[in-house]
Amino acid sequence: MHAVIPYVTGALLFGLGVYGVLRRRNAILVLMAVELMLNAVNLIFVTADAAVRATLVGVQIESWAYPNGRPAHSGGVFALFVIVLAAAEVGVGLAIVLQYYRMRRAVHVDEVALHHDDEQVSR
Amino acid sequence: MTVADVLLLALGAVAVGSGAAVVTSTHLVRSGLYLVISLGAVAGLYLVLGAELVAWVQILVYVGAVVVLLLFAVMLTRAPIGPSRDLDRPAWPALIVGGGVGLGLAVLLADAFRWTLYDRPAPGTTERMGTQIFGQWVLPFEVLSILLLAALVGAIVLSRPDIGARKGDEA
Repeated sequence: MHAVIPYVTGALLFGLGVYGVLRRRNAILVLMAVELMLNAVNLIFVTADAAVRATLVGVQIESWAYPNGRPAHSGGVFALFVIVLAAAEVGVGLAIVLQYYRMRRAVHVDEVALHHDDEQVSR
Repeated sequence: MTVADVLLLALGAVAVGSGAAVVTSTHLVRSGLYLVISLGAVAGLYLVLGAELVAWVQILVYVGAVVVLLLFAVMLTRAPIGPSRDLDRPAWPALIVGGGVGLGLAVLLADAFRWTLYDRPAPGTTERMGTQIFGQWVLPFEVLSILLLAALVGAIVLSRPDIGARKGDEA
């Protein structure tokens, strides 16, 4: 297994996600691009975990640093945590997008008024 | 080139290609469906890298829940079925920043790891991952459950107009 292949895949996916966030106007497409970035980070976590565990064979770890035994699969565990965070992020993000759509009938992120408009609050 | 390398290359190409289709497609629904392919290919990469539990959770949570939520949102915002003209902003800043980040990171990682051959690690089965999560990482796990509850409550509060700030409350 050459670890450089998934590393470069993750880097390219992250670049695509950055491109999508900056390029898209539709808020839902921006959220999709954010998902791509989170996936790239997960891929890097899992790859680093696999490569490090394959390399550090027979290395004696400091016992005082790990009282609960030797940590293993930490990259996978962090990838699981990031997946959970992504689920929470999509839930709240889509609630915001739908609420904005209900108020303004649009989901374009570059038309969101950042200042306070009294006459437009019509709820 | 071993079998694992060929699989990694093929799945990586599928992931990057459909990821590019996600950020360039002019159909909203097609973007979501390309996202399914990209996430599935990344799950295949996890399987080849020996993270079995992460791969199945990826399929379950991402493809099963997150993409379905995104497609629901596409339909709830009355997106047109055909291609949309007004999905994109000017390309140059995004192309410079995104391409710079992606290619820069790719060159950095390729230079750092070269063409080093690694052994395939022991697979992260559910038993081993569960031992780690509920031993080493039990406190972050509990904090995450609180965060999920907070996100749930936040989404409900956001989408119900009858609770939250009243009109007279604004100073």
